Amino acid sequence: MIRAEILKAIIPVISDELVVSNIGLPSQELHMLDDQPTNFYMLGTMGLASSIGLGLALSQNETVIAIDGDGSVLTNFGTLPTIANNVANNFILLIIDNGSYGSTGDQPTYAGGKTSLAKVAEACGCDNVIECQASETKDVLEAAIQGKKMTIIVSKCESGNIPVPVIDIDPAVIRHRFMEEVKARN
Amino acid sequence: MSITQNMLDAMVKNKIEFVTTVPCKQLSGIIELLENDERILHIPSNKEDEGMGLCAGAYMGGKRPCIIMQNTAIGVTINTLVTLIQYYRMPLPILISYRGEVGEKVQCQVEMAVHTKALLEQLKVPTYHFHEPKHADEFDGILNHTFMAKKPVAILTDANFWSTIS
Repeated sequence: MIRAEILKAIIPVISDELVVSNIGLPSQELHMLDDQPTNFYMLGTMGLASSIGLGLALSQNETVIAIDGDGSVLTNFGTLPTIANNVANNFILLIIDNGSYGSTGDQPTYAGGKTSLAKVAEACGCDNVIECQASETKDVLEAAIQGKKMTIIVSKCESGNIPVPVIDIDPAVIRHRFMEEVKARN
Repeated sequence: MSITQNMLDAMVKNKIEFVTTVPCKQLSGIIELLENDERILHIPSNKEDEGMGLCAGAYMGGKRPCIIMQNTAIGVTINTLVTLIQYYRMPLPILISYRGEVGEKVQCQVEMAVHTKALLEQLKVPTYHFHEPKHADEFDGILNHTFMAKKPVAILTDANFWSTIS
């Protein structure tokens, strides 16, 4: 499975949840498959999906799912100790680990080599770290949402992309409709 | 009542409830007060762009944020300031320790000090400079202005400012 297939599989689970999605193709794929006001699409700023997600989780009560990539987590490695030491039980970090920088031409990342992001997360002090195969992602994510414990999921999948349109929504509109949704649910 | 405490009270008055910090020697007093203040959630970050990501999330979650950091890290935050905070029109007060100004003991700090205001000007970040204790009186108004404008706003605080306040 590739990332777009994982996203398609988990949409029934995440469609009504607050989602912060990573820059580039992950946001574009999610936007194409299931555009919702509960989705915060990152149009720039590589690496910060997990930080935005944690800040959001710590500031309100609803479940927050940050959909990140292996390359993005490698860019912002400092995020894992911050997550580990500031437990938000309404926060789930889903790292879709395809071992490559998908949006820039599938160049390999070190996570596809010798580096295990699940082990790094554990070493940083994160308590509930689950590495799973792509096909298991939906069930693991569903269980994490039900479990109401901060969880890091590393979903191992294949590298590859599908053609997707760019997101033609003004960033202030993405932010505004997302905030209205957050407000209505809290 | 100390000026540092007054600054913290101005944050609370402006409904700031979420503060992230990356430490600096000049900021140790305010960070200590912050850590012990139950009115504000203090989440230390490892890097300043990470901290701005946390602040963006907190803002969207309904908590007004603030980041406290050193001027040497402005370069680290440029992409985040432009493509997250400014692009999505989010307010963010940035309380900055302005190292490398008169009174500085570490020569290397001067190297970033000479670029600090130019970088902030290039980024069109409204910038205020606290040099004397009386300048802290403006903090309340600057915070209010920041959330009205929905922009990142920099407050540079230099060695003379911190050494002359309690």
